[in-house]
Amino acid sequence: MLELREISAGYGHAQVLRELSLSVAPGEILCLLGRNGAGKTTTMKAVMGLLPLISGSVWLDGQEISRLPPHRVPQAGLGYVPQGRRLFTGLSVAQNLEIGLRTRGSGRHVRDEVLALFPRLRERLSQRAETLSGGEQQMLAMARALCIEPKALLLDEPTEGLQPSMIDAIRQVIARLRESGVAILLVEQRVDAVLSVADRVVFIENGRNGETMSAEALRKDHSLIDRYVGI
Amino acid sequence: MDLGPYILLATLEGAVTAAVLALTAVGLSLVFGVMRVVNIAHGEFFMLGAVIAWYVANGLSGHPATGFFAALIIAPLLVGVLAMAVDMTILKRLNYDPERTIVATIGLLYILQQGALMTYGPEARPVEAPFNTRIALPWPEWGETGLSFYYPWGLSTTSYKLAVIAAAALVLLGVWGMMTRTKLGLVMRATQADREMALAFGIPVERVYAMVFGIGAGLAALAAVLIVPIQQAHYLMGADPLLLSFIVVIIGGLGSLPGTVVAAIIIGLSDGIISVFFSPTLAKILATLLVGLVLVFRPQGLFGTRAA
Repeated sequence: MLELREISAGYGHAQVLRELSLSVAPGEILCLLGRNGAGKTTTMKAVMGLLPLISGSVWLDGQEISRLPPHRVPQAGLGYVPQGRRLFTGLSVAQNLEIGLRTRGSGRHVRDEVLALFPRLRERLSQRAETLSGGEQQMLAMARALCIEPKALLLDEPTEGLQPSMIDAIRQVIARLRESGVAILLVEQRVDAVLSVADRVVFIENGRNGETMSAEALRKDHSLIDRYVGI
Repeated sequence: MDLGPYILLATLEGAVTAAVLALTAVGLSLVFGVMRVVNIAHGEFFMLGAVIAWYVANGLSGHPATGFFAALIIAPLLVGVLAMAVDMTILKRLNYDPERTIVATIGLLYILQQGALMTYGPEARPVEAPFNTRIALPWPEWGETGLSFYYPWGLSTTSYKLAVIAAAALVLLGVWGMMTRTKLGLVMRATQADREMALAFGIPVERVYAMVFGIGAGLAALAAVLIVPIQQAHYLMGADPLLLSFIVVIIGGLGSLPGTVVAAIIIGLSDGIISVFFSPTLAKILATLLVGLVLVFRPQGLFGTRAA
């Protein structure tokens, strides 16, 4: 279980998150929806320990991970697929996966399992990350995060800029991860993509909690999407 | 002596300069590449290496080789540890901010330089080379009987100078191997590519930074130990290696190790050849002019990549 308890965070003097709370159960996909600048990516960074919290705490499986130094947070079992992929350029596909594997000392069998999810990467192992296509880069960003065998996974706009066939492939992988019991916190601009995979949706407005509802209920009532997302 | 043997002699002198310069500049490039810190005190780590080498060589009795080889191990280690301490007590506290670390390393430059003046003194002192056999070099000549070799007067080098070139090449190969073939190198390259993502994948970035700063300074100290039997140790000797290292790193491309080595060879050889035929001052003027041209026409350097 990933739990955010009234976290506040920001950049320097600019506070972005204000006492935001949410929880994601194992095998659940929770989607954060909100306008640009509402604090979605800031939430991801704060959970990963990449931004210091002003107040509040983050818990993973009963352990308070917000007290850990940033490099210990992923070692507790938290995987991160950032917006814009942010692969280790200059390193090959295999080396990017190696960085993921060494985070928690995962064995080679984990790499084989991950490559089974993304067979196209197996053909590109020796290729430098930055020479992959956009879709392949997104696959690598996800595969790298899965190499740490995460208990919870933060996905920041995983379908951004991808063609429809690639979006389907990513969506299928996310669904399989849910089946395997990974708690997934998803940030996504594409509302249709969210509604097809998410279990629950939390709206975020000016860094504060908005309404929370099931994806099923949101499919029936689009008025909240107009109010919080504006599309 | 004809022009050909002169050029060979100048090239050999330039190769020694290039070898030592490549070691020093690779240290500077490594620090900038991984940490994005412009270390103005890099030349003083070089000077400290030479000064420690003098202390070690003079402190040990017996054959000169004993003191020299002890210095070859002790000086880079001590300087590396000192640099790691500097990283943890100063650079880390400045959060590796590019501007503030420049000011901090300028301050460090003066502290190390004046510290050396107060303890080691203003004299230039030599360290005896472990071996120094003069080797006469043959030059080919086409005569009536075909190809033959003769030994022109003055065309010679020393076994120590050849050893410096070989040792520098070996260490550079070692650095390349470390960066491309080891887990430490992988972690360093990942940190260089994206510091925040490195943290998000469990890499202790601050520990990596301390290690890189130590290795960079250790390489400068090693270069100084190699050159000190030829140049002598002096508290002001850090200025030239710093200037030339910056020239090399800018021409090669900031943070690019292959570019740094290629640029060191170009600058070292041209420095040697121009110094023999004209003057060392002209060599420095032309090197600085080359930096100006690179900055105007290819700011990312010969092997660097343009920032997005």
